[in-house]
Amino acid sequence: MKTTTYNRRAFLTKTAKAGAVITAATTGSLLLFDTKRPLTEGLHKTITRLPDFSVDYDTGNTMSIVHGNDRKKSINTALKLLGGIERFVKPGETVAIKPNVAFATPSILGATTNHELVAELVRLCYTEGRAKKVIVLDNPINDPASCFALSGIGQAAESAGAKIIMPKENLFADMTLAGGKLIRNWPVFAAPFEGVDKLIGITPVKHHSRSGASMTMKNWYGLLGGRRNIFHQDINTIISELAGMVTPTLVILDGTDVMMSNGPTGGSLSDLRQADTLIVSCDQVAADAYGASLLNMMPGDLPYLALAEKAGVGTIDYASLQPIIAAS
Amino acid sequence: MKPMRIVQTRRISQLFFFCLFIWFCLVATLGDKFFQIQGWPVNWFLQLDPLVAIGTILSTHTLYKGLLWALATFILTVLFGRFFCGWVCPFGTLHHFTSYLAHRRLKAQEKIRISAYHPLQQVKYIFLLVFLGAAAYPSDQAILLTGLLDPIPLITRSFNLFVVPVVDTTTHLTSVKGRLYEGGWLIFMVFLAAILGNVLIPRLYCRFICPLGALFGLISRLAVWRIGKAERQCSDCKICERHCEGGCAPSTNIRGSECVLCCNCLDPCPDNVISYQALSNPAGEELQPNISRRGFTLSLVSGFLTVPAFRLADKSGNNWNTGIIRPPGSLVEEEFLQSCIKCSQCMRVCPTNVLQPAGLEYGLESLWSPILNNRIGSSGCQLNCTACSQICPTAAIRPLSRNEKLGLEEFAEKGPVKIGTAFLQRGRCLPWAMDKPCIVCEENCPLSPKAIFTRETYITVRNARYPIKTIETARIRLTEEVLVADTYASGDYYCLLGEHRHKIIGNGRDYLTLERELNDQNIDYEELEVQIRLQQPYVDIEKCTGCGICEHECPVNGRKAIRVSAEGETRNTKRALLLKRL
Repeated sequence: MKTTTYNRRAFLTKTAKAGAVITAATTGSLLLFDTKRPLTEGLHKTITRLPDFSVDYDTGNTMSIVHGNDRKKSINTALKLLGGIERFVKPGETVAIKPNVAFATPSILGATTNHELVAELVRLCYTEGRAKKVIVLDNPINDPASCFALSGIGQAAESAGAKIIMPKENLFADMTLAGGKLIRNWPVFAAPFEGVDKLIGITPVKHHSRSGASMTMKNWYGLLGGRRNIFHQDINTIISELAGMVTPTLVILDGTDVMMSNGPTGGSLSDLRQADTLIVSCDQVAADAYGASLLNMMPGDLPYLALAEKAGVGTIDYASLQPIIAAS
Repeated sequence: MKPMRIVQTRRISQLFFFCLFIWFCLVATLGDKFFQIQGWPVNWFLQLDPLVAIGTILSTHTLYKGLLWALATFILTVLFGRFFCGWVCPFGTLHHFTSYLAHRRLKAQEKIRISAYHPLQQVKYIFLLVFLGAAAYPSDQAILLTGLLDPIPLITRSFNLFVVPVVDTTTHLTSVKGRLYEGGWLIFMVFLAAILGNVLIPRLYCRFICPLGALFGLISRLAVWRIGKAERQCSDCKICERHCEGGCAPSTNIRGSECVLCCNCLDPCPDNVISYQALSNPAGEELQPNISRRGFTLSLVSGFLTVPAFRLADKSGNNWNTGIIRPPGSLVEEEFLQSCIKCSQCMRVCPTNVLQPAGLEYGLESLWSPILNNRIGSSGCQLNCTACSQICPTAAIRPLSRNEKLGLEEFAEKGPVKIGTAFLQRGRCLPWAMDKPCIVCEENCPLSPKAIFTRETYITVRNARYPIKTIETARIRLTEEVLVADTYASGDYYCLLGEHRHKIIGNGRDYLTLERELNDQNIDYEELEVQIRLQQPYVDIEKCTGCGICEHECPVNGRKAIRVSAEGETRNTKRALLLKRL
């Protein structure tokens, strides 16, 4: 044991150290001193909107409907009729593509967007649109990695040069939608849209027991995080709010094979009907209004269409857009 | 150049196998990238483990596929002694390293004292014999418990269910959303206790507890080559015992069963009398583990008796636990417990993280075995996935093809593998008990046709009877301003006039707007009711496979309104719920 003689120098050093610690503790406490109790459950940093990705309607037609059983041909024809992808995607831009990757099933069963169709769209963005970067994102219902793998979308999009954005927790931001009744303080898959110039939704036509049909508007459900299933209590309002939250550049509705029953999961080829139709539209309400007919439904059977139209998202009267109809 | 010292070679071997072990833990992720499972022999360490092999041979009377690797370990042990403990075992390496850290400042005398042989080292033989006794119980009632303390399953489990997931929460090396394991803390506490034991005595776990080490101890009495002292006489400096890892007392009658072949005694000997040799040991040796014949028998019999002791709870009879939902392909429960070594590989590879280690509440015999907990993870059991059945090193979950799991083609007659049945609790269900539309369970049922179906009903909203003032084609005006605007605009509400129902598409404070104009016969009413259209879910018990996706998605978030229970699982026909229609 070391023995130290206690002298003035040692005493002063010790006192100075003690003094410094006491001062630091006191200053810190006073700086953080708070007499008010928490006024809310917590401070939420919320966003109120996503960027507007739409293009000017005046530059050409805004809706095309193509009939044919070859998806690649159909999407090429449908886009050409509207002036080509280059009308919508400018050189050097970053494009986000939102397919429906909800379920861990092969895309032949039609529960997810066809993977070859996604790959073709990515390819078009790069070659015709000369995009700088294409990202593909979704927050699936089943396990995300399994969904991207089994649907084939992960592999197809990556080999076409797109980057897959997985729904990692830190990519969600709390959103309180301006005028929204349901999307309030709700996590939305928003961070990937930073630096994105254009957004294209691409989804199949599917039967859906609760809402009637799952098409381009319902596809945005995949941007919600959290316990989003709770919105099924008011499915039509949430779908119309989602459509209002997202203003895409284009929506692409794939009705080549339509899931007529057992949706939105499907699971059997017998749930599908070949309808040989693909719709490209700047107006998602119009696209879905037309899509209803593929399920032998009227727009009135899908109350979210009227709600969205009332909110100014688009028009149910797709004929007013004078869609160009052609064979692929 | 000086030849490399043998301990240097040993350290390289230990480091190599430890890194290999960690690599296998990391790549056991479903996927096709090089850092995912594609082709990696992630079960290799488990397969090298002869305790897994012997345990399952005793309980199942077969040696399953990859477990044949254990024969290589066995043969090498017969030739060279406990090389596995000192040169290969990743858990041993961890103990070796932490013991070094804990005792590196100790004086030689102290070091020699804690490295000396201790009579309690025989405890590990008791563990081994109890486990083997339980595994050897006849008449299909055996229970395999080796996995609880077997070092390879133990370290695999600790890394798979605790270390990797904890690292993954920030790094996302192996998953998108992080991995979650209920009860992972208990697994880690056992692991931590084993590691901290090294602070008391170097390689405390290896010397006192490890049943695999005990097994090697029993085998190594046959070892052709072994450490020994060439002459009886030496200066008795005990420097050979300073870093002795096994506590095998090389300075006196060396205990061959305890020697882990660390080789730390070879070089330091000033008299050069210690060597690794094929001769019998002239200085005398103790090849038998220090356990008496009576102790041996008593331990085996105790192990034997643990089986009826466990069965007292009647968990394999009427008191079976419906919460034990086993992964698809699992053998019938009795046989499952004879094969499962609690290695956690199934829980590691499961893409949705729904497979969880069973806690103590499921009984000691099920501790850390896989069960489905649909409340945790990213989704229930995925329809097209058979990963757990493919990875299981002991076939406690037997390998299933997709066709067999789903009951397709050649399995069409047999039907799909069911792991349980979803039961709806109507009292918690939104459309059944609370007049709210929902049917998320129906939406997510992955089967075609769905096992969950709905029946439509219209229920009058509470207190929603309103006197009518006027009816103007598609608009009904009420006598008072009693409504909140747009409450009934969501498309789910209907107006009941007499016996006729009309869809509401909007409302103001004192009026309702209907979808269609009313014709003449409908305009003469004094009162209306507002009804909500509900689709109420039902489970088709013959179709449901118990995948649990409905339970996972059910928005009744506390205690789910639809929950899977193990009833109706196909692996156990004795517990069948329905009559088999032929």
